[in-house]
Amino acid sequence: MTLTQFLFWTIAALTGLSAIMVVLTQNIVRAAAWLLFTLAGTAGIYFLLGSDFIGATQLIVYVGGTLVLVVFGVMLTAQGPFVNMKAGAGDWAVSLIVGVALYAVLAVSTLLTAWTGEYPEPVDERSSANVIVLGQALTGIREVQPRTVLAAQRGYTRVSYILPFEIVSVHLVVVLVGAAYLARARRRTSRMPEGVGG
Amino acid sequence: MTPFHFWTTAITIAVVLFVVLHVVAYMILVERKVSAWMQDRLGPNRVGPWGLLQPIVDGAKMFLKEDIIPSHVDKVFYILAPGVAAFTALVALAVVPFGPTDPSQPERYQFVIAPNIDIGILWTFSTGSMAVYGVILGGWSSNNKYSLLGSLRSSAQVISYEIPLGLSVLGVILYAGSLNLERIIDWQVQHGWNALYHPLAFLMFVTAAFAECNRLPFDLPECEQELVGGYHTEYSSIKFGLFFLGEYTHMITTSLLFAVLFCGGWHLPFGLTDGNEWYHTALKLVSILGKTAFFLFFYVWVRWTLPRFRFDQLMGIAWKLLIPLATVNLVVVMVLREYEAPLWALTAASVALFVGATAFAARQTTPPVIRRTGNIHGLPTRV
Repeated sequence: MTLTQFLFWTIAALTGLSAIMVVLTQNIVRAAAWLLFTLAGTAGIYFLLGSDFIGATQLIVYVGGTLVLVVFGVMLTAQGPFVNMKAGAGDWAVSLIVGVALYAVLAVSTLLTAWTGEYPEPVDERSSANVIVLGQALTGIREVQPRTVLAAQRGYTRVSYILPFEIVSVHLVVVLVGAAYLARARRRTSRMPEGVGG
Repeated sequence: MTPFHFWTTAITIAVVLFVVLHVVAYMILVERKVSAWMQDRLGPNRVGPWGLLQPIVDGAKMFLKEDIIPSHVDKVFYILAPGVAAFTALVALAVVPFGPTDPSQPERYQFVIAPNIDIGILWTFSTGSMAVYGVILGGWSSNNKYSLLGSLRSSAQVISYEIPLGLSVLGVILYAGSLNLERIIDWQVQHGWNALYHPLAFLMFVTAAFAECNRLPFDLPECEQELVGGYHTEYSSIKFGLFFLGEYTHMITTSLLFAVLFCGGWHLPFGLTDGNEWYHTALKLVSILGKTAFFLFFYVWVRWTLPRFRFDQLMGIAWKLLIPLATVNLVVVMVLREYEAPLWALTAASVALFVGATAFAARQTTPPVIRRTGNIHGLPTRV
């Protein structure tokens, strides 16, 4: 067993364990904290498999994002009826069915893929990461491997992700503005005159 | 790709850990000595000459004190939280150079734990932002209202200040053309220190880093007179020590980053470090560590100079001042880079922006003093 294999199985086991804890725990803050460890473990696996940039993005976006979840969990459920979330038998049945179905899809697609075991060559041989490839792929400068069928039919092989990326970011801005509008504390209509106090 | 030698890396990690742990211990002594000096006191002077053995005694005390776990805490996360705080702070050091590096000669020994990592600065930011989880988990699992308030303050602070922290570095990255810290140093060796070209970005980066480290004037998470001890109220002995370790390691990392990103890393002017002899290597090592030591001293210096901000001022500085200014600064840098303006134009733009922003802020805001009506937040005092 090499060092890489040992690290992979350790991180994978810890990630799986904390993923199970997310489901089993009944306290919302604890669940969010276990989710944090799951996402961080996934980032660790990305790093181990040589996708540095994806790993760091996972840490910043997902692990950093869970923080907000923890904070909301703390603020909304510190006391009150939502501290413990007991799942009923019906919930368990539905989630088991969905979970097993999803697992089946993933397992079948993993087993049916013919893995070649070839890595794409790094662009710069002195660097291990693939930030340049990612950036070029995003803007459509470089040919991207998974060509869409439509593009291949037209003999046009450059796939750009810049438009979907922009649409997603504009969407996110709209959502954020909407959330800020909804969360804004409602002002009283009759405002107190300033400096009433002595 | 830089060849990976297991033993070289293992020894580097061991040496770095050894040095960092001792610097943390002695930083506490420096902090107490400097504060005593600034307040015309003597400071610790009983253990060893000039109190030099004080950190060792303190460390032993941390380990030997009774480790109390209050009965009302959430056990798992209460125990996990100090570990998370220390781990995330230490792991951020992995890509930060602490001595001479040369990306053009990968076969030479590079003074960094993981050399040639392309995502360099991104890694430091991502793990540095995770450090707040130690605070959050610690504060929540303590099951204590003061701790919880401290940790919620901390999360708001860190989320807000991460944005100007990242935005201010982007200009530097645009010019260096890489996130790799060794290449950023290399760019500065060829063109001159970034602090000369991006003074405004440097100022904003330092400010945001102070907030990220929860240092005064931004130490609201543990503000004593309001929150008892903040998030670590319920912690004792070595668990408290681990929180301390995390915080001071964060300071060391950011001090190294100030040196690496803006002050040329190991570079010294007048050709002092141009060469590969052993004395050049020694000089480079002294140079980068000296700069880091200066910034560590700067942390203590500021601590005893500036009073703590109020919470609304803290949020105002991040959202109304630093983020707009950092965005405008980034746009200006992008325009100058696109039209390949000479480097002095960057300095001029930076200074102009600083003057403009100061004038604008002076016209916009009322001075941050409590008005005579006893009115702090624009709210009526008596209803």
